[in-house]
Amino acid sequence: MNARAAKVIIHGLLIGGTLVAVFPLLWMLAVSFMQPGEAGSLPPPLWPAHATWHNYEVLFLRAGVGRYLFNSFAISAAITLLSLAFNLMAGYAFAKLRFAGRERLFQMLLGLLVIPAQVAMLPLFLMLKSMGLVNSYAAVVLPAAATAFGIFLVRQYARGIPDELLEAARIDGAGELRIFGQIVLPLLKPIMVTLAIFTFLTAWNDFMWPLIALTGQEHYTLPLGLASLAREHAQDSELMMAGSVVTVIPVLALFLAMQRYYIEGLLLGSVKG
Amino acid sequence: MSPQRAAWWFLAPAMVVLGVFFLLPVIAALGLSLTDYDLYALADIRHLRFVALGNYWDLLHQKKFWSALGHTLYFVIVGVPLSLMVSLGAALLLNSPLVRCKAFFRTALFAPVVTTVVAVAVVWRYIYNTKYGLLNYALGMVGIHPVDWLGDPHWAMPSIILFAVWKNFGYNMIILLAGLQAIQKDLYEAARIDGASALQQFRHITLPMLGPTLLMVGILTVSGYFQLFAEPYVMTEGGPLQSTTSVLYLMYNEGFKWWNFGTASAVAFLLFVIMFVVTALMLRLGRRGATA
Repeated sequence: MNARAAKVIIHGLLIGGTLVAVFPLLWMLAVSFMQPGEAGSLPPPLWPAHATWHNYEVLFLRAGVGRYLFNSFAISAAITLLSLAFNLMAGYAFAKLRFAGRERLFQMLLGLLVIPAQVAMLPLFLMLKSMGLVNSYAAVVLPAAATAFGIFLVRQYARGIPDELLEAARIDGAGELRIFGQIVLPLLKPIMVTLAIFTFLTAWNDFMWPLIALTGQEHYTLPLGLASLAREHAQDSELMMAGSVVTVIPVLALFLAMQRYYIEGLLLGSVKG
Repeated sequence: MSPQRAAWWFLAPAMVVLGVFFLLPVIAALGLSLTDYDLYALADIRHLRFVALGNYWDLLHQKKFWSALGHTLYFVIVGVPLSLMVSLGAALLLNSPLVRCKAFFRTALFAPVVTTVVAVAVVWRYIYNTKYGLLNYALGMVGIHPVDWLGDPHWAMPSIILFAVWKNFGYNMIILLAGLQAIQKDLYEAARIDGASALQQFRHITLPMLGPTLLMVGILTVSGYFQLFAEPYVMTEGGPLQSTTSVLYLMYNEGFKWWNFGTASAVAFLLFVIMFVVTALMLRLGRRGATA
């Protein structure tokens, strides 16, 4: 087979694959602008005949999606900030500070990685219930405020910081907090960005735990709101597609803007893990 | 403050969170699975009774547990190899030196991974629609009769698998692509000089060199696929005829629909044990494969 034929075949396959990957997303966008009922005709329309914002108006004015959007942002942002702070501090301590029992504690932490999160969900629910936290933002935010995986990632990265740098600062009389804030944090910036994007996306897309922890609609995140809308309005495809667009666009945009960091994190967390 | 003291201060917040909101509940789940914690106990804790391994014993005798496990295994056994094959195929294509606009293709193929499961499940549910869905329409054009994708117990799980593969293959594709790029080019050069065909090069160089990456990606995918829940929750509500009720779906129903926390905890632990055993087996087989 000559190189030219190979080139055509490879590109053909890639274009075909790309179409399959992206088509449902583009079609979701197209249907979201259709008139009510338009998508339920044959042949299935690929493009809105008369584009309309109607579905988005219904979503925000009547279905309360603005509230879900706000909840999703608030919860994901809080999780990102808290877990960033906690994981960075812990990861740095494991990497660079000496203390008794460090290796054993770290081994335990790695052990947690193999336990699926769902095992903890039932007692966690009972615990939060007794604390009066079920159906609050805290019920979703607190359990995600630190992760074994995040600490592991930071530790791997922080091990690259030269000890001499920290020793020099100590000799100059800098306190541990100051060393962390002024020397370590700036050096950890790349992993900070990566971890932040990862955490935000995971928090935004999470479904099962919020479904359990948030029992009232006023605290629903977008995936929850969408799932409950899908059960009520199964027939309103156009409305549902608009809901999907609102849910997907923020994370897709974040990914497209920060691709490089996201993919770096993905490789850090897997190939070297 | 000494570095030793500082270390504990730096560790404290994360350790408290992980201890209180993860480790403690996991241990409590083990305890809970040995009790008959249900709606009555939820109302008044004095109704709680210790039943030892009773929940496990009951589950192992119940059809609903075995069928949920069967559906989950179906999803894992068919879904994981399919997902890996698509990922590997896409990675091999992207890795070809002939490809132009690599970054574009990579981004487009990866896009489904970052989307929200619930949102794209809603989209796919509509693509699968018996009457107005695009899939049946496309099949109709080549003369295939409409299929009730999500409404037919035989087709519901394959439909969910297809959706899951679409949603997830990009993740492994990126990792495998990095693995492919790490293989030294001179190996292929030498093989070419010896007259090895593309297929032979793939079998004798690419696959063995990619082995460890494939094993890792395989283990990650298996443990991810064992946790099937959101897809059937949104697309089929576990039906039709329970054909898409997974183990986690069963746990969710037992726990949060019927408030049988004892039984639900036992389900969660059984799933954990099964995942652990399967992962350990894969690791062991992978190591043996590497030394052989």
